[in-house]
Amino acid sequence: MVEAMVKKPIVKALEGDKAVTEAIRQINPDVMAAYPVTPQTEIVMEFAELVAEGLVDTEYIRVESEHAAMSSCIGAASAGARAMTATCGPGLALMWETLWVTSGLRCPIVMAVVNRSLSAPLNILTDQTDMMGSRDSGWVQIYAENHQEVYDNFIQAVRIAEHPDVMLPIMCGHAGFVLGHTLGRVEVLPDEVVRKFVGEYKPLYSILDIEHPKTIGAYDHWDYFFEHRRQLFEAINNVLRVIPEIAQEYGKISGRYYGLVESYRLDDAEVAILIIGSGAGACREAVDAMRQKGVKAGMLKVRCFRPFPADEIVKALKGKKAVAAMDRCECFGGEGGPLFIEACSAFFNRGLPMKMIDYFYGLGGRDTVPSEFCDIFRELFQIAETDKIKPPLVRYLAVRE
Amino acid sequence: MAIKLKEISNQEEKIAPGHRACHGCPETIIVRQVLHAIMAMGKPVVTASPTGCLEVCTSPYPQTAWRVPWIHNAFENVSSTLAAVWTTYRHFIKLGKMEDRDIKFVVFGGDGATYDIGLQFISGVIERGQHIIYICLNNEAYMNTGIQRSAATPLGAWTTTSPVGKVIPGKTEHRKNMVGMMAANGAPYAAQAAPHAWRDLMTKVQKAASIEGPSYIDVISPCPRGWRFPTDETIYLSRLAVETCMWPLYEVEYGKYRITSRPTEKKPVIDYLKAQRRFEHLFLPENKHIIDEIQRKVDEDWERLQKLAEMD
Repeated sequence: MVEAMVKKPIVKALEGDKAVTEAIRQINPDVMAAYPVTPQTEIVMEFAELVAEGLVDTEYIRVESEHAAMSSCIGAASAGARAMTATCGPGLALMWETLWVTSGLRCPIVMAVVNRSLSAPLNILTDQTDMMGSRDSGWVQIYAENHQEVYDNFIQAVRIAEHPDVMLPIMCGHAGFVLGHTLGRVEVLPDEVVRKFVGEYKPLYSILDIEHPKTIGAYDHWDYFFEHRRQLFEAINNVLRVIPEIAQEYGKISGRYYGLVESYRLDDAEVAILIIGSGAGACREAVDAMRQKGVKAGMLKVRCFRPFPADEIVKALKGKKAVAAMDRCECFGGEGGPLFIEACSAFFNRGLPMKMIDYFYGLGGRDTVPSEFCDIFRELFQIAETDKIKPPLVRYLAVRE
Repeated sequence: MAIKLKEISNQEEKIAPGHRACHGCPETIIVRQVLHAIMAMGKPVVTASPTGCLEVCTSPYPQTAWRVPWIHNAFENVSSTLAAVWTTYRHFIKLGKMEDRDIKFVVFGGDGATYDIGLQFISGVIERGQHIIYICLNNEAYMNTGIQRSAATPLGAWTTTSPVGKVIPGKTEHRKNMVGMMAANGAPYAAQAAPHAWRDLMTKVQKAASIEGPSYIDVISPCPRGWRFPTDETIYLSRLAVETCMWPLYEVEYGKYRITSRPTEKKPVIDYLKAQRRFEHLFLPENKHIIDEIQRKVDEDWERLQKLAEMD
């Protein structure tokens, strides 16, 4: 059932973190278990107020650590609850063990991750090292570029996670401080529209079903572990089909349509930047600036990183003369950052040539400005003209060396 | 309520035979005692275990020994996991989605998962007043992974991580006072129990199940493999632990201590130590002071416990 699109949008000025809380309020989940950590604290504080004012029915478990937050979500989900949490950086790192339990037990938990770097040196500002570090844990991962997407992603995430062909947890990333603590224009949907869109969660089974006792979390030896993991692999790949379906449905009620990736002035572009998250904002400006000079630059933003939309990326970038992948995370000792490595692999595996370089950028909250993206575009044109990549393949953007 | 053996013997077994516990292991005996005690109250039960001996010996996929709902999450987080199940249950009752059948939520966790890695999680659950009954199956070391010392391992015991060498004769520290910690943490009910004293144990379980709020019962679980004794002496060791006051049977109800069973004659700890080869090195002349220290600590703790029990 599809609702007619809301005629008069409700426009609010919301901080990115508040956009998450607003979405959670509207979804009204059964259980929220969370622990405060900068810069996610806004979410748990605002949510505590909603609970204190009686504006949600949610049971709010104020746990003593992020590990306990995810452990509680797993317990709640196993009992048939729609369970949520929010964290960032070190909190996500502390949860790491249970991330795998969550996906392995097929708990469709929704988590907001306010992207933050990992220590040391201690740094509370944004980059994507936290989520990228857990990219292979069986969680679906989507990232927001702006405040509107923070809100829209979180609502769609419920449907993606709970889809019968998926039944996997999902993290929705947005940049700490840059989006989390700044005000942005957000069109919100009416409460009843959101509630109807997410619907009621109907779990396949519950540990509270005492008439039909279930053993949840049995241990596997070599004889079954591999098969169970293979099922998870199938499930997460279904997300590549499910996300566009859900997005289509969401577009009909909101007027905002999302895909696995989003192109910006890419069709006739000769060179392109491949990017994830809030950095895409400055990159768009750079594209516009280049275009004003008559230079054919474009951008491809990856919204869903897990599962990796390789076909969509290749389709969008095929034929470009050079591409720069932007990795806002650390990947010490690797052949580049995760976005670069996977994009290269996508082209290689399809037998297609692509001149691609990698930039590590914006680590620990370092701002990246349009002029720096313009420099990258100029570099890409040089590669296109000379047909050569001057080493190194993997670079650090605007770092003092 | 009175425990009637005849009635209990007619109750269905909720943990199936054919599990993979070691010969002589008391863990499934204790689980049966606990489940029977709650079933005798006519209450349904939902259970959970952290990673450990009981978990691996009852849930090798595609088999399960559990005839009641059971969940395993990871090693340290069983308290939070089951507590959230309880929270969800209360929520569903509040929303009218579920009937209130007074389900009891029981954790069966080993001492490693309880005294060491899971301590923070239990503490959090007690502080939040989430209503679970935590049963610690205390075999005094990480037996599942091959007898490594835990904070529940007694002074002087040999384990694979407190080996007996030329310089160090086994574990050099006393164990934690877990029941005291749980009571101080605010658990309305905390107790120590032992499987040979089955009526005492089951009464404690029923008390824990009747009280509002989280409860903790620490059950000594003599392990033939780890303690190095013959597999037919499990219950004998459980009894000796109590008779020597190595493991007094007591409870703390809303802060009030009560000794639930006193040994008629307090035996020397040496009787208990000599029955287990994990302590055999203590009988070398140069290690006599360790036995003396164990006896001193047992006497001191027993005195203290009696004084606490006398207080109003």
